[in-house]
Amino acid sequence: MTADLATTPLDSWHRQAGARLVPFAGYEMPVQYASIVAEHQACRSSAALFDVSHMGRLRFDGEGSEQLLDHLLTRRISDLPVGGVRYGLVCNEQGGVLDDVLVSHLETPSGQRYHLMVVNASNRAKIFKWLTPHLADFPRVTVSDRTELTAMIAVQGPKALEVSKRLFRFDLTRLKYYRAAVTEQFSKPVIVSRTGYTGEDGFELIVRAEEATRIWENILLAGRDEGFTAAGLGARDTLRLEAGMPLYGHELDEATDPLSAGLTFACNLEGRSFIGDQALLEIAARGPSKTRIGLLPDGKRPAREGCAVLNSKGDRVGVVTSGAPSPTLGRPIAMAYVQSAHAKDSHFQIDIRGSIVGAQSTPLPFYRRHQR
Amino acid sequence: MSRSETNLLFAPSHEWADISEVGGEKYATIGISAFAIEQLNDLVYMDLPEVGRVVNAGDEFGEVESVKAVSPLYSPVSGEVIEVHSELPDQLEKLNEDPYNFGWIVKIKLRDDKGLGSLLDHAAYQRQCAESA
Repeated sequence: MTADLATTPLDSWHRQAGARLVPFAGYEMPVQYASIVAEHQACRSSAALFDVSHMGRLRFDGEGSEQLLDHLLTRRISDLPVGGVRYGLVCNEQGGVLDDVLVSHLETPSGQRYHLMVVNASNRAKIFKWLTPHLADFPRVTVSDRTELTAMIAVQGPKALEVSKRLFRFDLTRLKYYRAAVTEQFSKPVIVSRTGYTGEDGFELIVRAEEATRIWENILLAGRDEGFTAAGLGARDTLRLEAGMPLYGHELDEATDPLSAGLTFACNLEGRSFIGDQALLEIAARGPSKTRIGLLPDGKRPAREGCAVLNSKGDRVGVVTSGAPSPTLGRPIAMAYVQSAHAKDSHFQIDIRGSIVGAQSTPLPFYRRHQR
Repeated sequence: MSRSETNLLFAPSHEWADISEVGGEKYATIGISAFAIEQLNDLVYMDLPEVGRVVNAGDEFGEVESVKAVSPLYSPVSGEVIEVHSELPDQLEKLNEDPYNFGWIVKIKLRDDKGLGSLLDHAAYQRQCAESA
């Protein structure tokens, strides 16, 4: 154990379960329990539980919160209804991505309304620092970092909602996609949202830190006969990659704008003003210089982050940002940025540590669940 | 004839070597330890060297890849690769079941004894694994 790493409220549970723990964004986190592939497959066929307590949770209270968030985000928040969740980007003035976040508009049982922003663990301190100077323009807004007081649990998979619903006072299956509610479990407040990062249906919970282990164990127990399993960051990464979802630090960073990343849907550029709006309007007008694509490398050897992407003539036109063997497809998959002039090319080559392998371009995502 | 792990030598980087002597020449059969395979978990790819490749002790001669990571394979001995287990990359699941027999990776004809002195016997290697686990 490394002394300067934080642990989540579920740390003891992970250790008792024999998890392999690794440093991640300042936290000691489970990368796997027994097998990344088995955990991945459990999520696709039944459900998997992920401790995502390392994700940052920032609460915005007070009049003007909507306007502040509207100013910080590429996505309009001022018209987000109570119970709504939106994905958006925090950009700098140049349109570079500082973080990708989820914002929920919530109401407590006593009728108090607030916004909650979930940020990447690695960006939590940066985003808090970034927004602090803007609070001067919104004197009634207070921002509180709720990360350490709470835990966050993702339950993802086709059986997640049906099996878990009996544990909650609120009927989870009636919660629509990208909606959130404050409910109760054993008379303790719980925030539940129908969101996730695996390409499966499911939900995410934010609970009080001291309640985390009990709720985690209850869900695992409820789904025991259905094959519910705890899953680590390893499976979370292969799941989100199959689902074509970007990961900050890989597909997203301050040198990348959301339009290049294919996140146009999360940018409301017209008729509003936010940090980075001018830069993004210019990029939208001339077209982004690079484009995020999906690649299917030939053979069995996975292409990894940093591998050069070449065109058919052998000229370097891009770089792999994430790559892994896909447990669902049984073959390697990768995401890459290529120069936009090559975005429509169907064939590329990838330099995997000196070996040149062919790769076919493919639309994202690699995996799409069956809609009910 | 089944190979027993207790008779093998181990590199600190988790390769094993079975040294034999035939007609005055020394040969090493090389693989990776059960501990390393368990740590790597979910193996998906292995890259083998060509027959005839000359390696020094400590040189990278191939790589093994899990879902999460790429790990180089280092030669515990100096010499020439005379045989590679070319069926192994397509049957990596068997490496897990039988790392010391079916799981052999390459055979090397030794040029000299360089590197042999730094290899660990089974007991010393077990101690190293216990400390790192």
